[in-house]
Amino acid sequence: MSVQAAALHASRAAARSRARERWRAALRSKTLLAGVSILGFWIVCALAGARLAPLDPYADDLLATLAPPSAAHWFGTDQLGRDIFARVIVGARDILIVAPLATLLGTVLGTALGLALGYVRGAVDEVASRVIEALQALPLVIVALMALAAVGTSDLTVVLVIGFVFTPLIARTVRSAVLVESELDYVAAARLRGDGTLAIMFVEILPNVLPIAVVEMTVRLGYAIFFVASLSFLGFGIQPPSADWGIAIAENYSLVGSYWWTVLFDAAATASLVVGVNLVADGLAGVFEA
Amino acid sequence: MSAAVANLTRDGDGDRGLAGDALRIEHLEVSYRVGRRERKVVSDVSLAIRRGESYGLVGESGCGKSTVAFAAARYLARNGRVSGGRIWVDGRDLWSLSARQLRSLRTHSVAMVYQDPGRALNPSMRIGRQMAEVFEVAQGLTGRAALERAVHMLARVQIASPDRVLRNYPHELSGGMQQRVVIAMALSMSPELLILDEPTTGLDATVEAEVLDLIGRLHAELGNSILFISHNLPVVARMCDRVGVLYAGELIEEGPAAEVFGDPRHPYTVGLLRCMPTYGMRKNDGRLETIPGFLPTPGTITGRCVYADRCGNATERCRVEAPPPVDLGGRTARCFYPERAPGLPRQDLAAPPRGAAAALTARESKSNDGPLLSTRNLSKTYRIAGRALRAVHEVTLDLWPGETLGLVGESGSGKSSLAKLLVGLSSPDAGSEVKLHGEALPASADDRTLEQLKALQMVFQNPGSALNRSQTVRRLLARSLRLARLVGAAREARIAQLAASVRLTAEHLDEKPRRLSGGLKQRVGIARAFAGGPRVVVCDEPTSALDVSVQAAILNLLVELQAQEQVGYIFISHDLNVVHYLSDRIAVLYLGRLMEMGPADRVFSGPHHPYTEALLSANPSLKDEDARRIHLSGELPNALNLPSGCVFHTRCPRKLGAICEREEPPLAEAEPGHAIRCHIPPDLLGRARPRHG
Repeated sequence: MSVQAAALHASRAAARSRARERWRAALRSKTLLAGVSILGFWIVCALAGARLAPLDPYADDLLATLAPPSAAHWFGTDQLGRDIFARVIVGARDILIVAPLATLLGTVLGTALGLALGYVRGAVDEVASRVIEALQALPLVIVALMALAAVGTSDLTVVLVIGFVFTPLIARTVRSAVLVESELDYVAAARLRGDGTLAIMFVEILPNVLPIAVVEMTVRLGYAIFFVASLSFLGFGIQPPSADWGIAIAENYSLVGSYWWTVLFDAAATASLVVGVNLVADGLAGVFEA
Repeated sequence: MSAAVANLTRDGDGDRGLAGDALRIEHLEVSYRVGRRERKVVSDVSLAIRRGESYGLVGESGCGKSTVAFAAARYLARNGRVSGGRIWVDGRDLWSLSARQLRSLRTHSVAMVYQDPGRALNPSMRIGRQMAEVFEVAQGLTGRAALERAVHMLARVQIASPDRVLRNYPHELSGGMQQRVVIAMALSMSPELLILDEPTTGLDATVEAEVLDLIGRLHAELGNSILFISHNLPVVARMCDRVGVLYAGELIEEGPAAEVFGDPRHPYTVGLLRCMPTYGMRKNDGRLETIPGFLPTPGTITGRCVYADRCGNATERCRVEAPPPVDLGGRTARCFYPERAPGLPRQDLAAPPRGAAAALTARESKSNDGPLLSTRNLSKTYRIAGRALRAVHEVTLDLWPGETLGLVGESGSGKSSLAKLLVGLSSPDAGSEVKLHGEALPASADDRTLEQLKALQMVFQNPGSALNRSQTVRRLLARSLRLARLVGAAREARIAQLAASVRLTAEHLDEKPRRLSGGLKQRVGIARAFAGGPRVVVCDEPTSALDVSVQAAILNLLVELQAQEQVGYIFISHDLNVVHYLSDRIAVLYLGRLMEMGPADRVFSGPHHPYTEALLSANPSLKDEDARRIHLSGELPNALNLPSGCVFHTRCPRKLGAICEREEPPLAEAEPGHAIRCHIPPDLLGRARPRHG
């Protein structure tokens, strides 16, 4: 028995070291680290907002409209003379509320739907899977635009619409993972002890497909940020007077020839946020696979 | 190190010198990089295979057998490296070769056959193209000439219609045929050294026997050297001149096969041989011997004997000093006390376990309650593209309390389909009946009451897949106790009791399955099946994913639990010795039909069905030197297109004639309680020849 205990301790130590190994892999992963740094920077901006900005992002200065970058205004000023540096910092807030909420909604609904389709299967799954494929063929921005035009646009409706648009996409990924899990004998064992369909789906299978759902969620978050920025640019996303980057680009893009700074910094901010989130997604997928 | 190696090489006597060896490995060390750490998985392995010799490397999973084989072809995984020692193939130092020389060596001198032939063949290429390619690359032959050589090679591995096979894609061939094609390709350049890595592990017993015969004959014909890797001791005993036993990355014993298996000199070899159920051993004869403790992770034990913790002969010296290989005259054992190995203390295998004998009498008196579980005309037909696939056909059987009914047959015989029908994981055809205690059971587990579910449980083949990896053992068992409607302290107490009954410690309960070894996982699987106090447990190959030393402990456990709880087992296994050990009665399935059913001893001793006879003769045994093996011609017929009359007539070595093609024989009693489905009268059917051992 002492041998058994010793072996167990060895296996525990191995397991602990595996956990540590994974943690180290996470820390070692330059991709993940870079992504977390970028994302962290924007989250700090979103939280601190105006307190971080040297100037008031909402204050007009009609004597200094469209001023190029200078010591006073690092990123220059816009058509109303507002400080672009301050506005880029504050502009992180709305998109960092709307995009993650929309992604979370899509992930929760998508995971539930994917579990149901993958485990129950049958005719419902056949039909739903074809519908999902059909939806994927449509340009999602157009679908979302039409929906927002119909229900009216606000932060809440943007969250709902993007969430619903993402649901089938995430459901598809989760479903294929659930199909694999359903074939494993632990599901058969659960049936043999009388577990109901819901218990098997949510208690037995869900924990095992969660890592896949989490990685899918981070990937979708990158899309969602781009999605929200696009909608805002088109006037159907976040609404003025927010300092949102998409709105800023929409307001100023006609001036880009002579007043490049009015667009460049907002565009770069959007791009860096998307890249940051995608780096996190790549890094997480790598760590989960290791 | 290199000085020592050079020394050894020079001192090697003429006979075992470099020139005479197809493969020579000296002080091989291989490490794998895991994360940032190096883990040594093979340490100080030295062996030599002479020209024309066949050498077996045996050991349990994770002992480093395949790593040695890959190293011998200089084909280690990316994270693996040879950290010490040298290897010569055909007299050439493997690590001094340039990339081109290595390629040429692999083309002409070394060939390797892997476990899974399906993955060794390119699925999108016809067999002809794949085989011709070998000749095109190696010999510069083209078109017609290359194809002709391919036909020649296929004929050599006894493929009856090579022209047809050449036009097939790999998926159109059975596993046995695929493996023959792979062997043909491996042999096409007449390599000096053929490495076979578990070449028959994925094959059925009858196919395995054929492939082994083929390898044996080719070896005799071609005179090449073979490195044969297997976990299956009887197979190695049959195939090899010399064997090496690996344990935790060390070669602990090495020598001529007959000597190593007949008179082992390392306690591990002794233990391994003792824990296999031998031919004819029965559960009533006593428990199986086991090896205490667990397999260590290779590379974790240094500076002392790797086996000391599990060894009955170990002394203080073994725990502070690593034994070197001790020369015993043509063989070596890495043990300080090789002479004591035969006297390794036996475990107390006290008398037949309580109740097992009682169970037998209970059955003989046919306890008034009638059978525990019975089926009448149980059938399962799958519809595939409008055609009927009869997976199980009109199976009628009874299981009595405390009895084990063994189910045997090749893959595709319907064993697992039958198991699923019984527990309700799939639903039988209309007209089928499954009764528990004389009461009809709903077809699907989802419609059964908790009482019914509780009574009929299952132990699965692969414990890794059968345990939810996100739950701790405690939670796994707790969820199964739902069936017993236990909560709170009562439930905790029952969990502790269950864990104790399968010898899991309290610490195991808070672990997740991936931290447990295969054997421990299977114990959890068994504990789960017994959670609700079942009456019948269906065991679907419960030990086939486990190592020999672990298998014995699991079989002992099943016997004990049966004796205590008087449960009935339906026990499925492809290992006839295991089935014989555990079963009171045996049912033989072929293409979903019962071909024979009767008391285990009677089925084994005969008269038996020609199919049973073939299965028994394919069963490898350590002491079987009998060459009179019965061969089944052809392959398992396509289940979508069953033969007329007796379904076995296409392969039957004792086919009578037209009657077998016309009429399906009834399952008739050959003697009381022993039924056989054959037109041949019972007294003319085969009987076992007396075996020694």
